[in-house]
Amino acid sequence: MTVVNAQVAPGGGRTTATRRWTRKDLTFDKISFMVVCLVVPLVVYIVFVVSPFVQAAYYSLTDWSGFTSGMNFIGVSNYVKLFQDATFLKSVGNSVTLALVLPIVTLGVALIFATLVTIGGPSSGAIRGLRNASFYRVISFFPYVIPAIVIGLIWAQVYDPNIGILNGLLTGIGLDQFEAFAWLGNVETAMPAVMFVIVWSLIGFYMVLFIAAIKGIPAEIYEAARIDGAGRLRTALTITIPLIRDNIQTAYIYMGILALDAFVYMAALESGGGPANSTLVMSQQLFTTAFTKGQFGYACAMGVILALVTLLFAGVVFLVSRLTGGSNEVAE
Amino acid sequence: MTNTTVDPATSDRRDSGRTNPSNKQTSTAGDKVVGSVSHTVLTIWSIIVILPMLWVLLSSFKTTTEIFASPFALPEEWSFNNYVNAWTTSGIGSFFSNTIIVVFGALILTMLFGSMSAYVLARFQFPGSRAIYYLMLAGLTFPIFLAIVPLFFVLQSTGLLNTLLGMIITYTAFAFPFTVFFLFSFFKSLSTSIAEAAAIDGAGEWRTFFQVMLPMARPGLATVAILNFVGLWNQFLLPIALNTNPDNYVLTQGMAQFAAQAGYSIDAGALFAAVIITVIPVLIVYLIFQRQLQGSVSQGTNK
Repeated sequence: MTVVNAQVAPGGGRTTATRRWTRKDLTFDKISFMVVCLVVPLVVYIVFVVSPFVQAAYYSLTDWSGFTSGMNFIGVSNYVKLFQDATFLKSVGNSVTLALVLPIVTLGVALIFATLVTIGGPSSGAIRGLRNASFYRVISFFPYVIPAIVIGLIWAQVYDPNIGILNGLLTGIGLDQFEAFAWLGNVETAMPAVMFVIVWSLIGFYMVLFIAAIKGIPAEIYEAARIDGAGRLRTALTITIPLIRDNIQTAYIYMGILALDAFVYMAALESGGGPANSTLVMSQQLFTTAFTKGQFGYACAMGVILALVTLLFAGVVFLVSRLTGGSNEVAE
Repeated sequence: MTNTTVDPATSDRRDSGRTNPSNKQTSTAGDKVVGSVSHTVLTIWSIIVILPMLWVLLSSFKTTTEIFASPFALPEEWSFNNYVNAWTTSGIGSFFSNTIIVVFGALILTMLFGSMSAYVLARFQFPGSRAIYYLMLAGLTFPIFLAIVPLFFVLQSTGLLNTLLGMIITYTAFAFPFTVFFLFSFFKSLSTSIAEAAAIDGAGEWRTFFQVMLPMARPGLATVAILNFVGLWNQFLLPIALNTNPDNYVLTQGMAQFAAQAGYSIDAGALFAAVIITVIPVLIVYLIFQRQLQGSVSQGTNK
C-alpha cells in the first residue's frame, strides 16, 4: 500500500491531465487499443457473469425445468412456494446461523491472536509482540493455501467414528463414551463440528490481515497509551479496535459472504445435508434442486433469495458500523 | 524512542520479537504470566493446525488394517503402496494437468485483460465508465450461486460446457472484476506524466501500455496474480457444476469424487495418500513464498 502511495505525484495537479476524447484522438492505434483492452473483455464479462445474474432473476419467475422447451411465466409462485418449503426454510435458518456465528468467532479469535503477535510482548521497552511470533503466523496461515475441499476431506477423516484421531484422542484420555461417536452424524454435534472446520481454516487468514492493519498503526500511539497507564486489555479495546475498524468491517463482510456460501465445506463434510438436515445450507439446496432435480426456475428463485440475504447481511454490517461511529468508507 | 519507531526496519521487530541486546528488558511478574498464557494459547492453536496434517501423513503410510487398529500407532513398515494406489486409481495425475492448464490459462488471460481494462478505465475518461464500474461491483457482490444455473445454459449453448476452454473462460470472467478493481486503483496512482512523455516520444497506445505502464505496475500485478492463483486453484463450485466430464476434472472436484469412491470401498489409506499428494506441492510453494503471499493478502484486502 505504501509502495503505491509513494508514487503518487504530489500536488494532485496531474489528475486534470486525465484525457478527454476529441476527434483527433480517434486514430486506428487508439481505437484498436480501446477495443481490445476494454470491449473484448467486457463483452466476455457481460456474457458470462452479468447476463447470468439477470437471467436468473427472470428464470426465477418461470416454471422452467431446463430440459423441456416450454417455459411458462408464473409470476412470484416460486417465491410463495419457497416460503412454504420446510426444507428450504430449514436451509435458510442454517445459513443464517452460520452467518451470525462464524464471523464473530473467527474474527474475534483472529483479532486476539493478531494482538498477541504484534503488541502482546513485555510492557517495558519498545512495543513488540511475543517471541516466535512469525512462527505462529506462518503455521496459522497455512490452511489458507490448502483447497477448502481438501480441508473438508481431512477433517471428515479426523471426525470419522472408527478411524478418526479425534475419537482416538478422547478415548485415549479415558472418555470412553466417544468410542465410535459420529460427530458428523449427530444432530447436536454436526453443525458445531462443521463450524469448527470453517473457523480452523480461516483464522490464520484473518490473523494475517489484522496483523498488517495493526502494524499500520504508529507505535507512538501505543507508547502514549502505555505512558498514560493503559493496560493491555484497555489498549486493545480503545486503541487497536477503533483504529482498524474499517479492516474489521471489510473482514466481517467477506466472512459473512463466505458463511452464507459454505458450499465447499458442506460438500466434503456433510454432502447429504447432515443428520435430519441439520447442516443443510441454501447453496447446497440450490445445487441439488438445479442439477439433481432439474427444477431450474425454482433453483433460480433460491439464488435470488440467497443474493438478497447476502446484500441484507452487508447492509446490516454497514449500518451497525455506522451507528457505532465508524466511517462510511468501503474498504475494497 | 520516536527515532526507532519511524524506522520501518525496527518497527518490524514488533513482529519478529527479536530483542535488542543494548536495550535490556525488565519483565514484571505480570508480563511473565501474560507471556506464558499467550504462548500456551498460540502453541495449542499451532498444534491444532498441524496435528490433523501430521496424522494424515502418518496414516498415508499404513495399511487399511493398521488404520482401523489405532490412530496413533506407527506403521509396521513405511510403504508407498497407498501412494501407488492413489496415483493409479484416482487419476490424480490427469486432475493435476487439467488444473494446471485451466488455472494458468485463466490466470494469464485474467492478468492480461484485467490489467488492460484497468489501465483504460484509470487513464481515459469516456461516457459509460461509471456504468462499467457498477457492472464490476455487481460481479463482486452477488454470489456465484445466483448465476450458476443460467451460466450452465450459456456454456451449453456456446458448446463450451464440459470443456477445459469453457472452464478457462468462466474462471477468467469471474476473476475479472476483482482484478480490475485492484489494478484500477494501482494505475490511478501511477503518474500520468510518464505515459504522456512516452506519447510525445512517439510511442503509440500499445507500446506505451506494454513497454512503459505495465512494467511500472509490476508490484501490483504480482499481488493480484498471487491472490488470483490461490482463488482459482481452490475453485470448486464452477467445475462441479460446469465441467462434469471425468476426463476434464480439475483437482478439487477430482478429490471430492475420489473421496466419495474411497469411502465406499473403504480404502482410507489411498485417500490419505491422495490428500498428501495434493498438499505437498502447495506446502512447498507456501514455505518458499509465504512472505510474499501474506503481503499480497494484506495488501489485496486492506485496500
